[in-house]
Amino acid sequence: MDEPESAKISMTRSSEAVPSPAGQPPKTNGAQSKDMRGRPRRRADAIFRMLVQGSGVVLLVIMAAIAVFLILQAIPALKADTTNFLTTLNWAPDSTPSSFGIAALAFGSLLTSLLALVMSVPVAVGVALAISHYAPRWLAGPLAYVVDLLAAVPSVVFGLWGLIYLVPSIIGPSKFLSTYFGFIPLFETNGTYGKSVFAASVVLAVMIIPIIAAISREIFVQTPRDHIEAAWAIGATKWEMVRTAILPYGRSGVVSATVLGFGRAIGETIAVALVLSANYEISLHILQPGGNTIAANIANRYGEAGGIGRGALIASGLVLFVITLIVNFGARAIVRRGEREGA
Amino acid sequence: MAQAVEVKAGNSRLIRAQLSRRFLAAIAAGAIAVTFALFIATPLHGLVGFVLVAAVLYVVAQTVISNVVEGRRAAMNRLVTSVVVVCACAAVLPLVAVLGFTVIKGSAVLDLSFLTHTMRGVAEQDPYGGIYHAIIGTLEQVGLATLLAVPFGLLVAIYLVEYSTGRLGRIVSFFVDVMTGLPSIVAGLFIFALWILALGQSFSGFAGSLALAILMLPTVVRSAEEMLKIVPDSLREGSYALGIPKWVTVVRIVLPTALAGIVTGVMLAIARVTGETAPLLLTVFGNPALNFNPFSGAQASLPLFVFGEAGLPNETAINRAWAAALVLILIVLVLNIMARVIARFAGVRS
Repeated sequence: MDEPESAKISMTRSSEAVPSPAGQPPKTNGAQSKDMRGRPRRRADAIFRMLVQGSGVVLLVIMAAIAVFLILQAIPALKADTTNFLTTLNWAPDSTPSSFGIAALAFGSLLTSLLALVMSVPVAVGVALAISHYAPRWLAGPLAYVVDLLAAVPSVVFGLWGLIYLVPSIIGPSKFLSTYFGFIPLFETNGTYGKSVFAASVVLAVMIIPIIAAISREIFVQTPRDHIEAAWAIGATKWEMVRTAILPYGRSGVVSATVLGFGRAIGETIAVALVLSANYEISLHILQPGGNTIAANIANRYGEAGGIGRGALIASGLVLFVITLIVNFGARAIVRRGEREGA
Repeated sequence: MAQAVEVKAGNSRLIRAQLSRRFLAAIAAGAIAVTFALFIATPLHGLVGFVLVAAVLYVVAQTVISNVVEGRRAAMNRLVTSVVVVCACAAVLPLVAVLGFTVIKGSAVLDLSFLTHTMRGVAEQDPYGGIYHAIIGTLEQVGLATLLAVPFGLLVAIYLVEYSTGRLGRIVSFFVDVMTGLPSIVAGLFIFALWILALGQSFSGFAGSLALAILMLPTVVRSAEEMLKIVPDSLREGSYALGIPKWVTVVRIVLPTALAGIVTGVMLAIARVTGETAPLLLTVFGNPALNFNPFSGAQASLPLFVFGEAGLPNETAINRAWAAALVLILIVLVLNIMARVIARFAGVRS
């Protein structure tokens, strides 16, 4: 055997896969490929193709089924609702007459998520910059790792931490804000503090920082070397380099990361359910106990819900589903536009 | 004379004085001292508050002094650098706080008896009881979800990378993205609406597995897709050149090459759903007693256990919640670290 070693190895591979005479020299491959057009193998190829393509189709069917079954199960409850589902503040689906609405919940979901974004986006962008351009190499790796670990902590643990530790310790800062900045409607209170929208949005902010930071960091490190060097060459300080090279390049990435973080925050259930003390009012007073979100309401009211109550919760879940769909479509559109501009 | 001044001014514009490290340290010491004075004189208190006030004072003082000595641009640069450092700390701090609290509170309760007993007949104020039933439930539910989601996800990933060319591929890829953003409670509601309400099944571990599988699926597809994409085309071409059919090439050449990366992605997906609570609440329901059979009857799970005990107004129950949270975090972190170790030592080599 004077064949090179590599040829022998690949021949053993092919002889495992294709039943052909072993030890045949590579030059006679033409004969083999003719062999390959034999029917049984092509059928196997077609079956495999159908299998993987079918899985793709099943995935689409699942997505469609989610929408269909939520709608089907929500319809009876929506019919039983004697008040307007979109504008009612109250949630009493199982009482007679049944009355429930999404207004307070949707408002609460949007408010907590927006507040969480306001707190988390600057921090997340800062962390992303720290990892991509500020921290020395020996620190950047571990820092990125720690931020990723933060994303892995289960939400129920964040909820427990928020309930036992954050809620009591946030009373001090809340009092401070309401005493000195109480003239701003947002910081007005009725004198009670604790399980508030503010506490819930701090927990949410902590939970979405790693998501926004990870995506932003990925974009920041892709900034073309030329842009950075050009900024250095005209004598920019580090901040001027970041402002003129990195931030403009990463802007669409940061925006889409923000939108994805928003989608994550608005769907978060357990942490919010543990931290908020639920009510059904629309109030901008974020420092006092109260507030609610669609997701937390499902977790809180599920156990006690009767037939119509369950349907009502499914209807609210449908609203949440639609909101996250819109948010995700928006994020994709922004990414696509960013890619087109970048090209 | 006028000329000399001009030259001097020109010089100072090119190379201005810079703050030395020693001077910055002095500013820091001053900031801490002022904070001490503030905390003695005013009702401010607490370690976190102290660090916060001192940091703000330092950053403000540094910026103002730098503005005077070094000029506006340098001051701005210093300010932003400080803000970035503060952001990095602000992101790390919660992790330290959450992990620290869980370890301290949890390790006080966690012992062998806690791991080997259930909550059957245990009232909330009783100091005994454990999470054996919850661990069994979590292992079974996550295991079943993995069995459902991983083969399915792999097939979808293979379709997207190796087979899709036209519109269907783009649509599937798009909906994988949409699925990534699906809130976990909606996945739970879907299984509740389909499996329990429409098909009339009872609460069971398997219903929870279905919901978890939906949440795992996009993560598995995306990570497997990334890994399959970086398998060099030369391997595929080499295989085709030897007359090997496409499906054998995919199964025996492409998949083994990407295996380590795929395993990493699967483990991260498992870690993610292990901590999911909301979907299980609607499908598994929770159960204080041991139920080995995931296909019939309500089961317990670790996240559900934490949620249930945390909501009880009793110190003993909350301590149990911390201990269960510690076990949960340990499982998730071990999965994460293992995934990263595998990724580091056996990544795809091109």
